Amino acid sequence: MTLTPRSKTLVIMPAWNEAESVFSTVQEVLEHGPDCDVLVVDDGSTDATARLAAEAGARVIRLPFNMGVGGAMRTGFKYALQHGYEQAIQVDADGQHDPREIQRVLDGLANADIVIGSRFEDRKEYEVKGPRKWAMVVLGGVLSRISGTRLTDVTSGFRAANRRAIRQYVAHYPAEYLGDTIDSLVVAVRSGCTVAQVPVNMRARQGGTPSHHPVKAAVYLVRSGLALVFALTRKKSSPVGD
Amino acid sequence: MTIVAVLFVVVVLVFVIEMLRRQKIREKYAVLWIVIGIGTLVLAAFPDLLFWAARVIGVQVPSNLLFAIALILLLGVTLHLSREVSSSEDEIRSLAEEVAILRADLRDVQGQLPAEREPRPRP
Repeated sequence: MTLTPRSKTLVIMPAWNEAESVFSTVQEVLEHGPDCDVLVVDDGSTDATARLAAEAGARVIRLPFNMGVGGAMRTGFKYALQHGYEQAIQVDADGQHDPREIQRVLDGLANADIVIGSRFEDRKEYEVKGPRKWAMVVLGGVLSRISGTRLTDVTSGFRAANRRAIRQYVAHYPAEYLGDTIDSLVVAVRSGCTVAQVPVNMRARQGGTPSHHPVKAAVYLVRSGLALVFALTRKKSSPVGD
Repeated sequence: MTIVAVLFVVVVLVFVIEMLRRQKIREKYAVLWIVIGIGTLVLAAFPDLLFWAARVIGVQVPSNLLFAIALILLLGVTLHLSREVSSSEDEIRSLAEEVAILRADLRDVQGQLPAEREPRPRP
């Protein structure tokens, strides 16, 4: 292990108690992904996540306590900035992002500062219903308007950032609920970053299950709405120059 | 009754100032309590002030004015504390991020050092 980056690309993988999947996901990224360094940000796990990630060949940062995906990602972006990476991409540790598609999402950075790997809209198996769907439609509509591009999957965690966006994230990445997806995007766009989306395939998660409970979905709707309203009404952050 | 009220306020004030002196409480929080304490002291010494204020504002029962003022002040104090806790939390989070990155870097640097930790045999 060396301090200087081996590659220009950093894959940031936030992981909280992902011991069942982190080893295979890291290995798969190293094997099938592009030339990159993999950084696993262990978000205060109580299981063997950190050890398994290191054994699989990732660099590991261990946060002293659980800070949520937002905190883990901000740490990852800080690391990327301090170590001079040109671009960074978030990949979930649960294996739902296909490492073979990392390069495709990264390629999108050629004409945008932030690229979101979005699920195909027409694939049946990823269909969501009820409040969660309404939330996604509304969020997508609003974010499409302010960013000036059509965005269909704004809560996707499969997203890449160039140096400009990384710098912007480090300065203003919010720690609030959904800060890692909606809030960060709104803030970045309003301070001058451009966004694009690339269609990708999502796979089933290797561990954990998505929640479909109606109450949880309703709570999600309310909280995401609030997150959006707050993000939109917040004072514009000053653009971060190169 | 006035004596009891004055005594109580004095005790609270002495307590706050003592905490301040021993650096158990930061000045920015203590100031609030000292101001509230002095205000209460004035009211306890001159109860007529309360009756006068109630008449001017148009509150029928003077004690209700007292309760309202107390509620508003306490609300202010708790909001202030929430704000301070939030900013402390932000600071803690940033520190945690920095520490975590530094620890990872330190491990990398240690890995690069030549492994000469064991004492060498003397020639």
